[in-house]
Amino acid sequence: MYPAPFEYYRAETAQEATELLSKHVGAKILAGGHSLVPAMKYRVAAPSALVDIGRLNLNYITAAEGVLKIGALSTHATVASSDVVKHNCAIIAQGAAGIGDQMVRNRGTIGGSLAHSDPQADYPTLVTCVGATIKTSSGKSYNADTFFKDMLTTALEENDIITEITMPVYGSGTGGFYYKIPHPASGYAVAGAAALVTVEAGICKRVSLVVGGATVNPVRAVEAEAYLVGKAPTSENIKAAAAMVAQVIKNPMGDGYASGAYRTHLAGVASERTLVEAVHRAA
Amino acid sequence: MAKLVGQPIKRVEDPRFIQGRGGYVTNITLPGMASVAIKRSPVAHARIVSIDASKAEALNGVIAVFTGKDLIDGGTGKLPCGWNVPNIKVPDRWAIQPVGDKVRHVGDAVAAVVAESPYIAQDALDLIEVQYEELPAVIGAKSAASNKTLVHDSVADNITYTWPLGDHAAVEQALAESDTVVTLDLTNQRLIPNAMETRAAVAQWNRYTEEMTLWTTSQNPHPIRLLLSAFTLGIPENKLRVISPDVGGGFGSKIFHYPEEIIVPWIARKIDRPCKWVATRSEASVTDSQGRDHVSTAKLGLKNDGTITGLFVETHADMGAYISTFAPLIPTAFYVCLLSGLYKIPSIYCNVVATMTNTVPVDAYRGAGRPEAAYLVERLMDLACRKLKMDPIAFRRHNFIKPSEFPYQTPVAMMYDSGNYDGLFDKAIASSGYHELIAKRDQARKEGKIAGVGIAGCIEASGPAPSKVAGALGSAVGFWESAVIRMHPTGKATLFTGAHSHGQGHETAFAQIISDELGIPMADVEVVHGDTGKVPFGMGTYGSRSLSVGGSAIVKAAEKVRTKMIKIAAHQLEAAVEDIVFDQSTGKAYVKGSPAKSKGTFDMTFAAYTAHNLPDGLEPGLEENSFYDPANFTFPNSCHIAYVEIDSGTGRVDLQQYCAVDDVGNVVNPMIVEGQITGGIAQGIGQALYEYGAYDSDGQPQSATFMDYAMPRADCFPMIHTDRTVTPSPHNPLGVKGAGEMGTIAATVTAANAVMDALAPMNISHLDMPLTPEKIWSAINKK
Repeated sequence: MYPAPFEYYRAETAQEATELLSKHVGAKILAGGHSLVPAMKYRVAAPSALVDIGRLNLNYITAAEGVLKIGALSTHATVASSDVVKHNCAIIAQGAAGIGDQMVRNRGTIGGSLAHSDPQADYPTLVTCVGATIKTSSGKSYNADTFFKDMLTTALEENDIITEITMPVYGSGTGGFYYKIPHPASGYAVAGAAALVTVEAGICKRVSLVVGGATVNPVRAVEAEAYLVGKAPTSENIKAAAAMVAQVIKNPMGDGYASGAYRTHLAGVASERTLVEAVHRAA
Repeated sequence: MAKLVGQPIKRVEDPRFIQGRGGYVTNITLPGMASVAIKRSPVAHARIVSIDASKAEALNGVIAVFTGKDLIDGGTGKLPCGWNVPNIKVPDRWAIQPVGDKVRHVGDAVAAVVAESPYIAQDALDLIEVQYEELPAVIGAKSAASNKTLVHDSVADNITYTWPLGDHAAVEQALAESDTVVTLDLTNQRLIPNAMETRAAVAQWNRYTEEMTLWTTSQNPHPIRLLLSAFTLGIPENKLRVISPDVGGGFGSKIFHYPEEIIVPWIARKIDRPCKWVATRSEASVTDSQGRDHVSTAKLGLKNDGTITGLFVETHADMGAYISTFAPLIPTAFYVCLLSGLYKIPSIYCNVVATMTNTVPVDAYRGAGRPEAAYLVERLMDLACRKLKMDPIAFRRHNFIKPSEFPYQTPVAMMYDSGNYDGLFDKAIASSGYHELIAKRDQARKEGKIAGVGIAGCIEASGPAPSKVAGALGSAVGFWESAVIRMHPTGKATLFTGAHSHGQGHETAFAQIISDELGIPMADVEVVHGDTGKVPFGMGTYGSRSLSVGGSAIVKAAEKVRTKMIKIAAHQLEAAVEDIVFDQSTGKAYVKGSPAKSKGTFDMTFAAYTAHNLPDGLEPGLEENSFYDPANFTFPNSCHIAYVEIDSGTGRVDLQQYCAVDDVGNVVNPMIVEGQITGGIAQGIGQALYEYGAYDSDGQPQSATFMDYAMPRADCFPMIHTDRTVTPSPHNPLGVKGAGEMGTIAATVTAANAVMDALAPMNISHLDMPLTPEKIWSAINKK
């Protein structure tokens, strides 16, 4: 690849990274580089400088007191294979295991994916579903539900850096699953649905259902969630809930492979399938 | 020594490829080498008003910027067409379109930069300012013919040629007298070849000897040298060496003469420095010749008992923006002449209308015309079965050419050599468990699933031949192949073959042949190819010709080597030549009845080079050649069977079982054949289910990156089961037929037939490829 010329800086601390970013106009943060570097290859992105944050101490995964903490530089492969994640918030590990291919998973990071906020990426849908909190180097905290703002746009302020993603843990009685319908070329989600379902005594107590891929940002299927709560997770009820998902798909994206109408339909299909599996895993 | 032909010998070239030691053009670095990059058009159709390269030229590290005029003034010529069908209009094509002329597809070259590094060269491209006067784009194989806009002023109605074949009146009469006629309108979509290695060129000018060396990723370096010398670069053949070293796949796309093969050596001579250009993947998507792109209407006449009476076809073939080197061959002799399939069809008529559009030129891509023919014929057969409510196998068998009817003259020029299509189907039915698959399908349907079984029987003509006929059909080249076997004094051998390996495993298969022919170990045989400085003129590799044509030349050359060795042995053993036995399993020659007293290979080769004791009149040395011109094509044939289930929620096709039985004649290396067939099947299924080189109405490619262009991956396939029948070709000494393209030819329509069988209960008779989930889902739901 032959990108446009750029300068390269390596930050040792988050503070240094922020300083470098404010000093170099047009600089971009380099974490795993798996969205930025391809864009540079096509010269769609031509940052004046890259600030490499790879040395920051943000590659950790811990769980304590009901909270799972994932350092922003944790790679998809690390998250996918982490016993801590599998044990405390399994849907995140299962979803991470399906991102891109092994080479992408070995380099791409959770913080990078969330900051980039590709409409067809998996992590935005996943973290929204589990009610994650996104923390930054400037000390800010964002609820995932309100973090993703528009096409490739988040609430993140200029030169701020995602440092940590925290999420409530879940255990027996709750099941989670992410069902992705991938594009055959890119592997990105044409539609993806993430569900967390808590079942007590045969009744859905809590339901979180988020769909991505069809729209610029993941959307919460509020009607479907409300419909299922208080009901038994029967296939009929799940089907009825999934049928409501289309209501939240506003302005679906379309391309030569999958039209907006088809993506809207797929969001429902993915929702039904992911709810079935989430309920199964809740048992 | 056991016979090696027929053995699954591991490929001797693989260790270097697997270990990253392949010697590709990209790996070549020469002292003082400069980098070339090409400025390409971002629009499909526009007049080039002006080019301002001053900013680029001022960039530190830029050596020069050249435009089309520089190259034309510098003596380069137009790219020629190597297959001139009657009345073809071949429009001008320059290596770089000059100012005042037009760009005619996204990716068309407008300037070349040479710089100290590839990074600087790319930066310089961004600084070249080109002013375009945009014109409407001509898109669509069929609609191009009625488009008021012309891609080339010299090509009226955008029709470069028409190519009718067959008795039109007879077909019309046959259709009129039929009990029923099946009609099919289809599109055979455009594909992007996507060889793993992108194209590259390195050129070195020797100012002292005035010799040019060009390393290029070609499947056929000699024809490229010929075209460069005679038409485009003007350096005489004796001063021009073209080398195609390890080449990472071609699939046809590296047969053709490309502009960069002119630009890079021209610049190297101009600046008197070695130059290198390597296509980025993005460039490959908009400059490598593409494949297929037919729009056809077909009518098949039938009697109620299932007998085929006639076939009418009209095909519009999209040639793209220029006539690529062998483009006119593909939708003519390689397509129309295969429309008889495996069947006795009393009358066939096809008219091909070849059109120019503002898209990347279209030329041969694995199968090249034959998959298009197989797809059309075998889709029609399934539609005929549906209409007549006949079993797809019984219907096909009813119309087969029978073994006793070979050689069989089709109504579309081809004379099939051999085949046993009933035997082929018997084996495929047994091998695939066809009846079990039908039961599985029916059970799945009872359970509410969408399931289908696809079957197709396909013909191929491989190893185009003979040269005389090729010439009559419009070829500018012959289709023979050369081989030189040089025996060294110590008994080792070097084979110089005119065929070119870019994934086919020639170094292994050819060494197996020589080992058997001369009785020497494979390890003692070196296979040299792809270098005009070493190898006699050869035609290269395409059309599944290397073994049937190139391999035959090897056998012929080996016979000559044996003959001379026998003369030497006879002289030294003081016997008559007729009394000498040459044991090909040991390489030993002895007098009939006295095997104990023998002369080994070393004795004979060493004697040939010392020349101390040779028969009178026999020249020293031991090196023999052959230029083998085959008498006919070979006709591989196949029966493939697939089982699919379709996800009713998404429309996604799940290919669950695939069985291929191919008759490729005798087999030299079954492992290589299995690899070729399996890879070909993957490529064929890629077309059926995934791949589409789409353009929008402005001529912008819609799938020019791997983010959008869906190449099939390993997880798209079940384990593919391959099996064979063997009816040796009578035309060549090895009895072999082509194996490189049969998989692709058969797999596309097999997969399509399986999907359409799955959709049959919903009364869906045909969908165009690729059979993507949305297309199927929409059809199921009548959206």
